[in-house]
Amino acid sequence: MSEKTGRLMLEVRGLNKRFGQVRAVSDLNFEVRRGEVFGFLGPNGAGKSTTMRIITCFIPPTSGSVLVDGLNTADYDLAVREKIGYLPESTPLYADMTVKEYLAFVGRIRGLKGAALKSRTDDMFSVCALAKMADRQIGKLSKGYRQRVGLAQAMIHDPDLLILDEPMSGLDPNQIIEIRNLIKKFGEEKTVIYCSHILSEVSATCDRILIIKDGRVVVTGTPGDLTSGHRGGGSRYTVRVKGEAESVLRSLKSVAGVSGVEAEAATPEGWICARVNTEGKEDIGEGIFKCIADSGLSLSELRRDQTSLEEVFTELTGGNR
Amino acid sequence: MNTVAAIFKKEFTSYFISPIAYVFIVVFLIGTNFMYFQPFFLINQADMRNYFGLLPWVFLFFVPAITMRGWAEEKKSKTVELLLTWPVSDAEVVVGKFFASLAFLAVTVALSVTIPITLFVIGNPDPGPIIGGYAGALLMGAAYLAIGLWVSSHTENQIVAFILAWVVMFVLMIIGHPVVTLKTPAALVPLFSFLGLFTHFESIERGVIDTRDVIYYLSMTGVFLFLNAQSLGSRKSE
Repeated sequence: MSEKTGRLMLEVRGLNKRFGQVRAVSDLNFEVRRGEVFGFLGPNGAGKSTTMRIITCFIPPTSGSVLVDGLNTADYDLAVREKIGYLPESTPLYADMTVKEYLAFVGRIRGLKGAALKSRTDDMFSVCALAKMADRQIGKLSKGYRQRVGLAQAMIHDPDLLILDEPMSGLDPNQIIEIRNLIKKFGEEKTVIYCSHILSEVSATCDRILIIKDGRVVVTGTPGDLTSGHRGGGSRYTVRVKGEAESVLRSLKSVAGVSGVEAEAATPEGWICARVNTEGKEDIGEGIFKCIADSGLSLSELRRDQTSLEEVFTELTGGNR
Repeated sequence: MNTVAAIFKKEFTSYFISPIAYVFIVVFLIGTNFMYFQPFFLINQADMRNYFGLLPWVFLFFVPAITMRGWAEEKKSKTVELLLTWPVSDAEVVVGKFFASLAFLAVTVALSVTIPITLFVIGNPDPGPIIGGYAGALLMGAAYLAIGLWVSSHTENQIVAFILAWVVMFVLMIIGHPVVTLKTPAALVPLFSFLGLFTHFESIERGVIDTRDVIYYLSMTGVFLFLNAQSLGSRKSE
């Protein structure tokens, strides 16, 4: 077990990729440990797919190096490919083959044959719940099933590293849950790199996250680190009280630990929604409540807000400005 | 080797999945049989020289239709991105695809076996030139196919692949033909007739297999398969 967690599955060192004048990836450095589910996040066009194409040996980097399980992609091209299972964005599959033919084809390309090929394909049929569709043409399958065929294709040789580029795009919520469970199951033993711009997905499945923008790393850490380390370590409360705006603000500001208060205009009934920012991480809910109760105001809501990954993401990647 | 075999099998069967393949085979057989048998009884000779004489022209339309899909479809549907991240070298994929297309062409041409059978029933032909002619047709077909696949690797559009392949093949065909060589400077004539796909088929048409022609067709095939692998590799230097 110690070997499993100790060794690095993927090391990316000083990676650069230019397409003509465009720098798709600039000086990218990161590493993924064995047995990790690693989220690779970024807005569209940030360089996610380019990075994945470099790791999977589809294109070489302009400079820098990629080591997969200690092997440099530049020197051990074919050996690296054998360790990787890859599902590219948009799930390109041969539409005129049946699911069974396709998986057998991929298995043979992966060097499986005879009984081993048979048992691996059968495994994939049950793991990805594809048995019913075995004799259907891939082109006639629904998006969700196509996605599962894509996953089966990537996992058929039991790879050490599974790379999924936007695996959830175009799926409905039920399908998303199914695929997420598949990834989690696989990620219990193997390493998974998961590219996405759907943040809730990533925070639900990944152990560690890297956010990339314009080909550069913006931030990296666990989902917890990213959300709590945000906004200087303070937290925020939402308070709905009935009363005169000025006195409400004044009394809220007097609570120990509060760094600032903003209030929205009162509703016709006199309710004011105020946002209270704090300096530290400690819970000051009780203080706020007592202060409101002491000043004789009515309270209808008091909530500590969780910073969502979405907010971190929007702030760090700066929207589309 | 296993990977080449896997790609060969996949590509070869995929020709027969779509009904277009059958339509093509039927059109090919009806067309060539018709053109061959129309003047057959006037000429009154039990040989296949006229049949093999048709093939360079028939292949000019038939082969681009076989190869147009080759890479263009892979590029358009982006399956090439997955294919080239599997543990196969570019060269293995090129070779697998090429032999699948050659096998498809061989099957089609083999179905014209009704012609020699007819000849043996109604006459007494010499089998040597017929066998030589078939072997030569496959050699020439191999060169055409390699050209067609190479062209297909440059575009996402099958129609463009068809037309460009036709143009490249046509130029290579007529370059050694008297129509061109009569007007070219005398110094270039040997080069042109050496390069021409057509010139090398003249003796094969008569059923004579000349080593020079065999070497020519094999090297044309080799050169274009090499160029095909190069054009796949060009993604790496962009």
